[in-house]
Amino acid sequence: MNAAAGRIALPIVVAAAGLVLPFLAPNYLVQFSTLWMMVVLALTWDLLGGQMGYNSFGNILFFGIGVYGTAVVQRDLGLTYFGGLGVGLAVSIVLAVAVAVVLGAGLLRLRGHYFAIATLGLGIAAGEIAGAWDYVGAGSGMLTPPFPGTVDGRNILLYYLFFGLAVLCFLSLRWLLAGRFGLAANAIRDDEDKAEAMGLRTARYKIVAWSVAALFLAVAGGLFGNQIGFVDPRDTAFAGATLGVWMVLMAILGGKGTIWGPVLGAAVFHFVQELTWIYLLGWQRVALGLFIVVVVVFFPEGILGWARLRWPAAFGHRVEEGEGT
Amino acid sequence: MSNLDVLLVAPQFALQLLIDGMLFGAIFALAAYGMALVWGVMNIINITQGEFVMLGGFVTVVLAKAGLPALLSIPVSAAFLFAVGWAIYRLAIYRIVDRDLFISLLATFGISIFLQQLMNQTFGADPESIETGLGTLVLLGGDITVAWIKLVSFAVTLATAVGLYLFLRHSRTGQAIRATAQNARAARIMGIDTDRVYAFSYALNAAICGVAGSLVAMTWVIQAFNGLAYTVRSFMIVIIAGLGNLPGVIAAALGLGTAETFVDFLIGSEYRLAFVFSLLVVILVVRGQLLARRRQVLK
Amino acid sequence: MSALLEVRNAAKTFGGVVANRDISLDVPAGAIVGLIGPNGSGKTTLFNSIVGSHPVDAGSIRFDGEEVTRLGVAEIARRGLLRTFQQTRIYGRMTCVQNMAVSVPRRDEGFGAMFGRIDAAAADRADDLLGFVGLHAKRYLRAGELSFGQQKLLEFAMALMNEPRMLMLDEPTAGINPTLINGLIDRLKRANRELGVTLLVIEHNMRVIMNLADHIYCLAHGELLADGPPAAIRDDRRVVDAYLGAQ
Repeated sequence: MNAAAGRIALPIVVAAAGLVLPFLAPNYLVQFSTLWMMVVLALTWDLLGGQMGYNSFGNILFFGIGVYGTAVVQRDLGLTYFGGLGVGLAVSIVLAVAVAVVLGAGLLRLRGHYFAIATLGLGIAAGEIAGAWDYVGAGSGMLTPPFPGTVDGRNILLYYLFFGLAVLCFLSLRWLLAGRFGLAANAIRDDEDKAEAMGLRTARYKIVAWSVAALFLAVAGGLFGNQIGFVDPRDTAFAGATLGVWMVLMAILGGKGTIWGPVLGAAVFHFVQELTWIYLLGWQRVALGLFIVVVVVFFPEGILGWARLRWPAAFGHRVEEGEGT
Repeated sequence: MSNLDVLLVAPQFALQLLIDGMLFGAIFALAAYGMALVWGVMNIINITQGEFVMLGGFVTVVLAKAGLPALLSIPVSAAFLFAVGWAIYRLAIYRIVDRDLFISLLATFGISIFLQQLMNQTFGADPESIETGLGTLVLLGGDITVAWIKLVSFAVTLATAVGLYLFLRHSRTGQAIRATAQNARAARIMGIDTDRVYAFSYALNAAICGVAGSLVAMTWVIQAFNGLAYTVRSFMIVIIAGLGNLPGVIAAALGLGTAETFVDFLIGSEYRLAFVFSLLVVILVVRGQLLARRRQVLK
Repeated sequence: MSALLEVRNAAKTFGGVVANRDISLDVPAGAIVGLIGPNGSGKTTLFNSIVGSHPVDAGSIRFDGEEVTRLGVAEIARRGLLRTFQQTRIYGRMTCVQNMAVSVPRRDEGFGAMFGRIDAAAADRADDLLGFVGLHAKRYLRAGELSFGQQKLLEFAMALMNEPRMLMLDEPTAGINPTLINGLIDRLKRANRELGVTLLVIEHNMRVIMNLADHIYCLAHGELLADGPPAAIRDDRRVVDAYLGAQ
């Protein structure tokens, strides 16, 4: 299958599979919802990380803003369930993007590992602040409103919302990366000083990238809060040591800097996650920690990176043509 | 009357906080020194730092519960962590020494998570602490109280720091370490086995954290998930003081300990960690701004 | 008529070492000007000051009549003053074609332009420029896979793609196979003549700079030693001494 046909066929196949999944595996709906959420987490991380070279450990900040923003709107505005959810997600998006723009101005000036560590601090600090702020329930957390219907009904609705979000995220990012934005992002990644020396307005691109990520993360968070039903500041919302790290791992595992890599990585990671839970229970998190180390130390190129080295032609790697210099 | 007012009305209270803060900050200095060592020698920012501290603390907790006097557990903890550090180097770290800093960050973060969860499964999620029964020193007619164990811990920290300094200055291994830190290639050409130096440095750092952890177990609290805060504290101290600057590390560490203690009192202990992690972000952003003004970039 | 680039009394000190002291030079529009001097004479420092990598301690720099002394690298680049790097910097993981596409001029780039696609006209220009430097056959290779000499040519093509008024080249022939140097000089001259790009070139290779430049400035110990047409510089005792003698 050549690359061009694959570009069109593969998303259609995956999307079709996603559409019918609830009917094929109704008992695993929540797991698949989580899978689509992981896809969004991995894709948004890779936009800034793999594509632009800004490896963030704090994207969970926007996820948490989404969780809390939606939950608070649902609690305080007295709307119907669907009205509250809709408005909540909208408010979360606005909040998250605003935070991305404001914080980004200062943080995106930092390079490399300083950016990574600063964002790590950011994610954890947010969790700590939320854990002490009474308005959002402090350490006791918050509840999201009950669904006006059966549990199955809620799971199906949330499944399609997560699925739709993942599809939207994938298509948006692919569109974005296929044009001038993608070029600028990759240039910043490969040599930011050179990009500046060529006149590129790097700050603009960095902030937009982070804002786009914040947007999708906020929606993912808002939906997640409603899926779980209960919001804990450090475990559900600003889950820096779990989701916050896993999103990095998923992108690297699948192959960072590619559009399918994060998707693949999310799928494989989620599968490993479910497997280790079934067989290891309490030791699941230990195994996942080990998994992170193994991938990062021994397999940092990821699945697609490895495949590209193994079968370069299949990835559209073109060699020079016959004419001489 | 707010807490701030208390300080203004009774300044000896502030002195109490200052003393407590500095005594606690001294422990940070140890962990920061170790982090600076690994960073300087191998160019790795060791996110696992805090977990080494916690692990050291758990060794002390386990031994104390088994009947060993707490202070005697310090060398045991150091030795155990040295072995752990060596093992981790041989199994994983050796592969990331020459790679870019983000990979080493992520790898040590992964190890940190692995250790956190391992400690959680092995020792449980409850915070642990050890009573040494050493009593309290009372000063200024009861206005200032200092637990003897905190003074002992300060003394141990000082002794360890001095010992390390002398070791690095005068021993052959110490000189090999310093040579490798300055120029690894030149060191290799001169016949130094840099791989062994790296392993030793990483293990030594773990041992230093082990000592720090033992002291934390005796003066404060050990918990499987408390490690990251220590990593962040160490990092902040190293950033502020700069890599080769031992007096700076001590000053920054004492300052941080004091700041935390005051924040704890004025705003509430539930905001303590929020303060620590927010401070990290603020320090890095401000540093970035200052460098940008001088047209340099934090690389 | 004022020169395209006017440097007046530029001074820069790094931690006690005076890298540039009271340097003034002019680069007229359309000219090729050389900047020579032994190692450590302050050429690269001067370069970096002009393009905004670091600010000068004193003095003024005017480009196209505008005071640019305090501007940053990106702002100066957008005004049409570009530089190439001695170590040659390109985007290693992107293909040559992509390297070119991302080098389009950014002067009037509005917010919306960030989301646009690569237009056909720009793609054609990129193709032509790659052909101009002889890299057309390798245009789909990743830039990181090119040889050093080819990367230098790519960097040059990318600079031209950016439609600069003036290009500052930092040792363009360093590390190049001698047999390829003539080709590079030829392309520099053509870029100057046909595309109207003014050039300021740091060079160590005397044969190259004497051949290439209309006017040459010589630095030594951070100061301007001499300037004049190539013939005058070549015969200037002070220049010879600076290179051979002054230890």
